[in-house]
Amino acid sequence: MTPELGQLALVLALLLALAQSIVPLLGAWRGNRAMVAVARPAAAGQAAFVLVAFALLVWAFLRFDFSVAYVADNSNLALPWYYRIAAVWGAHEGSMLLWVFILNVWTLAVAALSRNLPEVFVARVLAVLGLIAVGFLAFILFTSNPFARLLPMPLDGGDLNPVLQDPGMTFHPPVIYMGYVGFSVAFAFSIAALLGGELEQAWVRWARSWTNVAWAFLTAGIVAGSWWAYAELGWGGWWFWDPVENASFMPWLVGTALIHAQAVTEKRGSLRAWTILLSIFAFSLSLLGTFLVRSGVLTSVHAFASDPRRGLFILCFLLVVVGGSLLLYALRAPKVAGGKAFAPVSRESAILVGNLMFTVAAAMVLLGTLFPLIGDAFNLGRISVGPPYFGFLFTLLMVPVVLLLPFGPFLRWGRGEGGVLRAIALRAGIGAVACALVAAVFVHGQLKAIAGVAAAVWCAVGTLLYVYKRFREMPRGRRYPAEMGGMLLAHFGLGVFLVGVLLSESLSVTRDVRMAPGDVQTVGAYAFRFDGVKQTSGPNWRGSQGTVSVIRNGETLAVMHPQKRTYTREQVQTESAIDPGFTRDLYVALGDPMDASNPAGAWAMRLYYKPFIRWLWAGGLFMMLGGFLAAADRRFRVRRKSESSEAAALPLATARESRA
Amino acid sequence: MNPTRKRRLIIVVLVLAAAAVASGLTVFALQQNMNYLLTPSQVQSGEASGYKTFRLGGMVKQGSIQKAGDSLKVTFTVIDANGAMPVEYTGILPDLFRDNQSVIATGHMDNAHFVATEVLAKHDETYMPQELKDAMAKAHEGKKVAGGDDAMKGTDSR
Repeated sequence: MTPELGQLALVLALLLALAQSIVPLLGAWRGNRAMVAVARPAAAGQAAFVLVAFALLVWAFLRFDFSVAYVADNSNLALPWYYRIAAVWGAHEGSMLLWVFILNVWTLAVAALSRNLPEVFVARVLAVLGLIAVGFLAFILFTSNPFARLLPMPLDGGDLNPVLQDPGMTFHPPVIYMGYVGFSVAFAFSIAALLGGELEQAWVRWARSWTNVAWAFLTAGIVAGSWWAYAELGWGGWWFWDPVENASFMPWLVGTALIHAQAVTEKRGSLRAWTILLSIFAFSLSLLGTFLVRSGVLTSVHAFASDPRRGLFILCFLLVVVGGSLLLYALRAPKVAGGKAFAPVSRESAILVGNLMFTVAAAMVLLGTLFPLIGDAFNLGRISVGPPYFGFLFTLLMVPVVLLLPFGPFLRWGRGEGGVLRAIALRAGIGAVACALVAAVFVHGQLKAIAGVAAAVWCAVGTLLYVYKRFREMPRGRRYPAEMGGMLLAHFGLGVFLVGVLLSESLSVTRDVRMAPGDVQTVGAYAFRFDGVKQTSGPNWRGSQGTVSVIRNGETLAVMHPQKRTYTREQVQTESAIDPGFTRDLYVALGDPMDASNPAGAWAMRLYYKPFIRWLWAGGLFMMLGGFLAAADRRFRVRRKSESSEAAALPLATARESRA
Repeated sequence: MNPTRKRRLIIVVLVLAAAAVASGLTVFALQQNMNYLLTPSQVQSGEASGYKTFRLGGMVKQGSIQKAGDSLKVTFTVIDANGAMPVEYTGILPDLFRDNQSVIATGHMDNAHFVATEVLAKHDETYMPQELKDAMAKAHEGKKVAGGDDAMKGTDSR
């Protein structure tokens, strides 16, 4: 009975979402306050029913309700309870439900934390969020129902994909969806502004913290995904330019551009139309990302054939969202555009150049990711685009960003001064060159590593110089407002990230070797001794576990246990063993026994030495913290009552400028 | 020409130049990194002659996997309905690599055999990557290609 209740809840949620979107829009258009007031209660009702549906699916997993096809496909009796909860978002149908669930979390937060904004504006924002929910709920109900029955009920279910049975994977999808869906707030805000035909700086200020939170979540999700690929896939890499990774990276790139453009719009009123366009793109790419990953569009356009309705629905939905919002943009953007002019040397210009690089990078990734589809459509044959394409162009596009980064905070709004910039360039440059020279001695002339050290020091010193300037010039307590602290943290994080990427890329040592028990192989300064393999088992798998001792200068540093697991449905999964460290990771993955009939004999092993690899995730975490910190700035909370905001917005904005 | 117009002209020229450079670089990078997927029979009919590296897709022939005793060198044969291609690879094979499994190997031709730098074997044995199925179907029009039809499964894993 419960699955049917879940479906019923989804139907009711869909109806309420329709009410949440259509009624307030009509009310805002007609000036009918009663209709406008429907937005909040309808949103709350929708959230309640979606919560019920989500909880019922979790419940179905927890009590092994294999009469639900989705549960039977993705879990079995041996699966531990925490992975049964994670299995809720382990495949297509449940992910879509999770998406809607998170959308409702954001909608509720918007409804609760927007009491001080004009009622009509909030109603429009909630209505747009409601429209998105309508799209997703209809998609779930008509094409991907997670509550579909499977009769007769099987005695035991299938299995959750073993690569997903990892603690990192449990958190990764919800966090990344928090990011994707979070951009829907910026999107709804922009559409509401376009519909209303006006864009007040106070509203942009309100929107900024939402975008920052979404961006921070997306950053965290990408870091978790990259970490998981490193730890779980057994290839030791952290980024593969794989379509699935690109899908999450494109909204991140545009989102990065967006949080900077929003700062300009809020503080100066400039780049308004651009900010709106970016928020449309960021959300459209989030949608595309969701569908690319979960719906198999990318394997081939023909994958649609497996369920043509799904593919068709996705295409139509994307068309309506992207096409509709761009059409609205074309019609209304001239009305909201405007702002102050700025000189070629100014903070606005620097941010604009960075924005350009980030959007072009996103377009480049989009082209590479969709190229197989394009090739297919034009019958060019079966093409895939190799990682060097992305690596080469992305590096090229990010060089200007890294070069400009230290100057950003020092530049003034409107018009910057050359003198200060030259001083900064000189100091950061000297620091970068000096550190690069020192590094050159240690890295045996590896150009990539030297460039990495130089770029990282350039960013870090540039950021720290600004920290020092604020410390010297501002009175205690006003030195680092949360917004600025967040910015500095994220910029510093980029430096840390660069160390991780370029040093680990250039100095890593990988060895694929054949090892019999007792054999010793050296990787860099470390000796790896293979001590044999024994059989082991877990709740829903059995496997072989190797023992590898790492010895340096006669001292045992670590004993590592890489595993090769076989899950209930005979899926094989490599569990690598990692010995983490501040300056290096040691990594061992078990291959196959050289002779399948003699697992006690020699095995193929993969040994890695990865210097500084942890720094790249640390850098990502710094960026995430920066995003959250910036969002917490008190300034972003709208204080005044809505009615007076129109009058108050302008003087306030000028006051900010004089401070900035 | 007044200063405003002149400034605008400069901006337009700069933007056009940047766009030209960007698209030139993109086309260059794409050309360098496009990998075509070919099946053994397509390679044998000479279709691979134009490409330095390409992806070879097909099934691992039953009983063809030979492991060297003292190194990680592996040789196996990739087949499609009426072609076969010996493949040489040094390294650790993916978890799902086995007989009758559909694989995609990236690499280049060395005389009559294919030297792989990367071997991918994805998903369970009933699943064949859609693009591989298409390529094999195209290689011999009209012949039925074995393999599952549930293409959704493949991309669900991440």
